[in-house]
Amino acid sequence: MTALGLAPPTLVTAPPLLVLEGVTKSYGPVPALRGVSARIWPGEVLGIVGESGSGKSTFLRMMHLEETPDAGSYMLNLPGTPGNLFDLDRYDRAQLRARHIGIVYQNPHQGLLMKNSSSGNVAERLLIAGERRFAILREKARGALDASEFPLDRMDAPPIELSGGMQQRVQLAKAIALEPAVLLLDEPTTGLDVSVQAAVLDTLKRLQRDRGISMVIVSHDLGVIRVMADRVMVMRHGIVVEEGLVDQVFQDPQHAYTQQLVHAKL
Amino acid sequence: MTLSDLARPWRPFSYGFLDASAKREIRRKLVKAIAVPGCQIPYASREVPIARGWGTGGLQVTCTLVTPGDTVKVIDQGADDSVNAASIRRFLARVSGAATTLDTTEATLIQSRHRVPEERLHAGQTLILQVPNPEPLRPVMPDMSIARQMHADADYGRLWLVLYEQMVRTGRVMLGAAYPSLVNGRHVMTPSPIPRWDVPKLHMADHLTILSAGREKRIFAVPPHTRVEPLVFDDVPYRVEEHGSLTCHKSGLRGYFMNELPQPDGTALHEVSDSHLGEKAIRRAEGEDVRIAETWYRNGELAP
Repeated sequence: MTALGLAPPTLVTAPPLLVLEGVTKSYGPVPALRGVSARIWPGEVLGIVGESGSGKSTFLRMMHLEETPDAGSYMLNLPGTPGNLFDLDRYDRAQLRARHIGIVYQNPHQGLLMKNSSSGNVAERLLIAGERRFAILREKARGALDASEFPLDRMDAPPIELSGGMQQRVQLAKAIALEPAVLLLDEPTTGLDVSVQAAVLDTLKRLQRDRGISMVIVSHDLGVIRVMADRVMVMRHGIVVEEGLVDQVFQDPQHAYTQQLVHAKL
Repeated sequence: MTLSDLARPWRPFSYGFLDASAKREIRRKLVKAIAVPGCQIPYASREVPIARGWGTGGLQVTCTLVTPGDTVKVIDQGADDSVNAASIRRFLARVSGAATTLDTTEATLIQSRHRVPEERLHAGQTLILQVPNPEPLRPVMPDMSIARQMHADADYGRLWLVLYEQMVRTGRVMLGAAYPSLVNGRHVMTPSPIPRWDVPKLHMADHLTILSAGREKRIFAVPPHTRVEPLVFDDVPYRVEEHGSLTCHKSGLRGYFMNELPQPDGTALHEVSDSHLGEKAIRRAEGEDVRIAETWYRNGELAP
């Protein structure tokens, strides 16, 4: 144990949790992804950076099984998950998504039912998984909201009445309610002011440490990636231009675009 | 040979008002609906001489099923004597020659709006419910093509979420009529706007129930001996309206679904909603020999 009470880093010998190979997608004549591959190990945080239109959000949607690619494969190394997840039908995809993958969107309107209560939004996840006891739903929703550091006296307020930071916490509680193996974060703190952003990132960091969830965080904010991620992928025009440990890539960028990106930080 | 030799002589209308192709369409879709209990089957809804929203769906089914040997009863909000019920009953008698009745036990076809009769229906009777909105998912999913996908996936979490929200807000489930119910463990249906009181009557019943929405062009059915389970949390029991302790001011009946009659002094009187049951109780009290069949509820409790 170190002075901060954290466990010392250990060598990861487990196989990767999530393997994407050669994901390709184009919308009509516009190529969005041109053979992107990624591996994520258990408990790891992968950051994806890149400019708007680089394909990072499309790639995240692929990971969330919201879209199917033109080519490529997607493996999730968990018991009971079949080979290529892209081959699953709509129903199996939805089941798998509900059980193993959590997502936090940039825009809370996309992930939340704004007029239902916040605890109801979390409970919806549990209802999809088949929980039918009101007392248990209540308890688990409270637990998940508490874990995402949401003020519990407001747990029955609808998200539309809440601030942006609190809405993101509801989304986070919803995403972790079923203890997913992977948490996908699509620009989770964009649009929040700096102090709220720091608090939300703090919660994310703590969750990641306590629960050992693997995370994929997409952001155009290099600061967020530097704080959160272990490894980073730099994307441009639908391909990965550079990949490596965060410190390595940000301190010593090799690719011209990454150099430009790192130096463009205001 | 001329064409008129081959054709049948002109008659004012087809038997049972609807033409043969309309009746065939409904018969085919009925077979489908009965084969997949609770699943909404689209059908070609035709014009009948009442306005959409006044029971055109139910009327088309009754017109299709009726034969001269049938006895027809029509209920509107529990009463046989409202204008709508009386007009539909007269119309059916006129176009089919079937007998009409007010007595639940004598009827073979019962077309109803808002109520299931209090007397237990038996095998061989058919209950036809008029449905205004057949889609239980409409309040939670305005996009009907996605709602259909949700039915296909048996994805009914959102309906439970409605119950959750009501429990959080008021401490109890606030759904009154058209309580969403799971049929045969597979499809959630809206059992037309019948009160919660009537939903348990459809569960494992001896009779066939057909639900038809004329405007929305959907037909669905609960065959005899099929499970109909209202959506409830495991730890929050299903409750019917608290009418078990009310007494009908006309017939003295107690323990049935009542209509509330507000009085000028602010109090309320109650009368039994199943009007013919009330009438039979009064006639029996006056010494007439009237048979009241076994009822679903006894002393306000659901009979086993």
